[in-house]
Amino acid sequence: MSVYTSEPPLYELSSTGKIGANLPTLDVPTAPLPTHLLREDELAGFPELSETEVIRHFTRISQRNVCIDTVMYPLGSCTMKYNPKLHEEAARLPGFAAAHPLQDQSLSQGALALMYQLQQYLGEISGFDAVSLQPAAGAQGEFAGILVFRAYHLSRGDVERTEVLVPDAAHGTNPATAAMSGFKVIEVKSDARGNVDLDDLQSKLSPRTVGMMLTNPNTLGLFEEQIVEVSRLVHAAGGLMYGDGANFNAILGIAKPGQVGFDFMHYNLHKTFTTPHGGGGPGSGAVGCTAALAPFLPGPIVRQNATDGTYELFMPEQSIGRLKTFHGNFGMLVRAWTYIRTLGEQGLREVSETAVLNANYIRTQLQDLYPAAVDRICMHEAVLRGQIAGAQGIRTLDIAKRLIDFGIHPPTVYFPLIVPEALMIEPTETESKANMDRFIAVMRQIAREAIETPDVLHNAPTNAPVRRLDEVRAARKPILRYNAEKFAELRRGE
Amino acid sequence: MEYNLPADLQYVETDEWLRMEGDEAVVGITDYAQSALGDIVFLELPEVGDTFKAGQPYGVIESVKASSDLYAPVDCEVLAVNSSLIDNQEPINSDPYGEGWMLRIKITGGTDKLLDVAAYTKSVQERDH
Amino acid sequence: MLAAIGIASVADLFVDVPADLRFPPLDLPPAMSELELQRELRRLSGQNANATTHSIFLGAGVYNHFVPAAVDQILRRGEYYTAYTPYQPEVSQGTLQAVFEYQSMIADLTGMDVVNASHYDGGTALAEAAIMALNVTRKRNRLVVARGLHPQYRAVLRTYMQSLNLEIVGDDDPTMSLDDLVNLVDEHTAALFVQSPDFLGKLHDLRGIADKVHAKGALLVVHFDPIGLALFQTPGAVGADIATGEGQPLGIGLNYGGPYLGIFAARQKDVHKIAGRIVGATRDMNGELAYTLTLRAREQDIRRERATSNICTNQGLMALAATVYMSLMGRQGLRRVAELCYHRAHYAATQIAQLPGYTVDLTQPFFKEFVVQCPRPVAAINATLRTHGIIGGYDLAQDEPQLGPAMLLAVTEMNSKADIDQLVAVLREG
Repeated sequence: MSVYTSEPPLYELSSTGKIGANLPTLDVPTAPLPTHLLREDELAGFPELSETEVIRHFTRISQRNVCIDTVMYPLGSCTMKYNPKLHEEAARLPGFAAAHPLQDQSLSQGALALMYQLQQYLGEISGFDAVSLQPAAGAQGEFAGILVFRAYHLSRGDVERTEVLVPDAAHGTNPATAAMSGFKVIEVKSDARGNVDLDDLQSKLSPRTVGMMLTNPNTLGLFEEQIVEVSRLVHAAGGLMYGDGANFNAILGIAKPGQVGFDFMHYNLHKTFTTPHGGGGPGSGAVGCTAALAPFLPGPIVRQNATDGTYELFMPEQSIGRLKTFHGNFGMLVRAWTYIRTLGEQGLREVSETAVLNANYIRTQLQDLYPAAVDRICMHEAVLRGQIAGAQGIRTLDIAKRLIDFGIHPPTVYFPLIVPEALMIEPTETESKANMDRFIAVMRQIAREAIETPDVLHNAPTNAPVRRLDEVRAARKPILRYNAEKFAELRRGE
Repeated sequence: MEYNLPADLQYVETDEWLRMEGDEAVVGITDYAQSALGDIVFLELPEVGDTFKAGQPYGVIESVKASSDLYAPVDCEVLAVNSSLIDNQEPINSDPYGEGWMLRIKITGGTDKLLDVAAYTKSVQERDH
Repeated sequence: MLAAIGIASVADLFVDVPADLRFPPLDLPPAMSELELQRELRRLSGQNANATTHSIFLGAGVYNHFVPAAVDQILRRGEYYTAYTPYQPEVSQGTLQAVFEYQSMIADLTGMDVVNASHYDGGTALAEAAIMALNVTRKRNRLVVARGLHPQYRAVLRTYMQSLNLEIVGDDDPTMSLDDLVNLVDEHTAALFVQSPDFLGKLHDLRGIADKVHAKGALLVVHFDPIGLALFQTPGAVGADIATGEGQPLGIGLNYGGPYLGIFAARQKDVHKIAGRIVGATRDMNGELAYTLTLRAREQDIRRERATSNICTNQGLMALAATVYMSLMGRQGLRRVAELCYHRAHYAATQIAQLPGYTVDLTQPFFKEFVVQCPRPVAAINATLRTHGIIGGYDLAQDEPQLGPAMLLAVTEMNSKADIDQLVAVLREG
């Protein structure tokens, strides 16, 4: 299997004097260099390779990845749907890819028009009055939201609010965001049907409540059955509702967060609107909110000049400020815009219908062997448990690793934390029935193996570029940059 | 699961143990705690002379897949720390009551939160299912 | 599938949504075919000036540097851009090895020990440096910030810090020197933040200040230009505790503001306080060399409300772009690019300094950007330049009004002598 051949570190391919770029010669007189400010080592030891060597190296190591373009990738909570190739072409058009963010706005009307339209589309899809495209990722959108909540309360002289409610099933970013904003995190329990426990919620609401951060559909893949009541209770306590948009792919054209009681949400454009994940980013965490919160949004935001119809950037009057330089991860905005314009109203609704249909198909075909966290119709992802009846000493991790042998990327595992041995499966709408049937057949075979030949699972994967790793060594003796001696030790097995 | 919980030690709910020696004590984490965390890969300990109230975090412990604060079992002042654990955390897993000790403290306040082995064993059983 | 699920219609899947709010209409433009969209996208794109239509002398934190074709060829591989965060190392060795090589090269470039991968941009990397400095130094409530930091970085820093009870000082007075800033560092200060080359392009000699800052128990944070580091003194060499940079010059296009790359490097002693993802080398069960995300217990998904940063999605693909770029350039290429920038910028500065009414301070060392004091408002000058297909420098009227009419001009390896001569000619004609 040639694609699995190991590839040495770049540093070991280097030889002195090589260069992989063709640069112009100097066409101006040289100016004296400030000798006292020069780096002394003249960058000695930095790799030196030819273009051929660089391309081969990065192409070879790429073949040690799996990705959506090669395999089913049902990674729950991450919405690993197919990334249309048109998006890549669109973002690379020179008027987008080679435009300077600080060039005069009169020279950027196409880019600003696109941003303005995307703001309108996202607001319409989610039922919000205002949108800012500034945040670079979902986590930054969350941070924006909590800072906006704080600014809103303070603007009303409401200075005693210090607690953010977060469900026990929440993504780790939610409590981390609240803590980063200087607030205390109060955990709210889930009930037996996987909803927010209303009694527990009520007992934790108080005049100290800043608001609640809630993912809906939630991290169990379930639509909060009492969402309107949850919102009513939080609002009655003077709090605000933050919507984590990680699971927005389930409800495009099905429900609008702004209509079920949320005041603010972030959109993960890299999930729902399939700007690719890029091996962990870049993403975009655009945010939307009600008119009451709009003056506090991070900026700049694009507006249309009423007199001449041109587009311009502005900062909302009581803005929490800018969260990053310039105006958002623009390249991601182009892709999301393209996706929405490809699909339109009907197409977007079909995305969610199909995503939810697919997840329920997988759930119903597997939950006899892998018990569902909650036995209910799910939304775009099915949360099952890797607790196979009759199997001894098998953990969800073993099931995940065995899937790799069959050329399927494992689902999200051990999340949400409240589900023991969780397996969170999100097929998305872009997986065919034939692929899902194969996934189901493989999962059923793994369940049999778990009972009959458990060592096959314990040893998995065997059909992958590497076997399971020594993660304890990685953490106890960290090697975080190339070092010839340390690599020699590693290879000697020390 | 069966855990080694020596009868001559005192415990707290947050899974630290104390070996009382007059108004001083030695502190570490229990066999249950090290087992639940898995292979320990990082430890952060306080400085000698630092003081803590009971229940305050005195350090941080990390395994490959978990992170936890370490909590002072009683009001105390730190007299000594087992700094050898900073570079080699393995004894916390292999010998949590011996080589894996973390602090020697002077007890400066109430000991009412301390549990005996029976009470702590019950607490572990309730959580370990 | 409906029968297998046990429902009659797809609509039955959504009964949990309140009936009166279910299936709302979406007022969106009608769907378009791919070829119609290509046309519409080209129309919008065509309305924007860009580096292929204009001669660009605008920088101010984002620079028109050369990106070899090979960079985008690698970025376009589905194996990289359609993968997720490498949580399953057995099938993510490509991403993991590339990130490890990114960490290694950035560590070499900066002279620092450890590097994460990565932050959203230079501004957020700097804000995360502040968070880390507050955590390392503990119980301190003051940040000293040089005016030379990009004004947008200072704005991002203030956004990030707004809910924490602390003071940010040092950047309100344009006359303040490096020594004055060091004197502001006291026993309540978590860190001193400096940038070299600074926002106005000047290079500073930062040797000696780390000791003074450390004497107060504070950290030194140095923000750098990664291309400049091929030639000039590194944050590591001057004793910085944290080094941050905007990675955009390393093979990432202008992109109308993003995505870019936040570079973040620190010292080994603080590795457990670093936010974000870190890749380490280890072995697999067969003893083969392999890479994995490590020291994971620092991150938000494990630490939750005890985490010091909420960062999850990073700029992985942009870190890959920087890695491929640095590999192609190598030691010689990076130094050549830096030299081209330096000499062409100095040529441009010298030529402009000779124009009547224009002033350039040639006595202070600078890298690729410099301030030009102008005889009339910059907006008017730039309007004239636009009619000649030139995008002029950044107008400093808002950020540094005390300079009078002044523009910040950036010259890179992309601006040939002919481009510079044309700029100078248009300025001369007025």
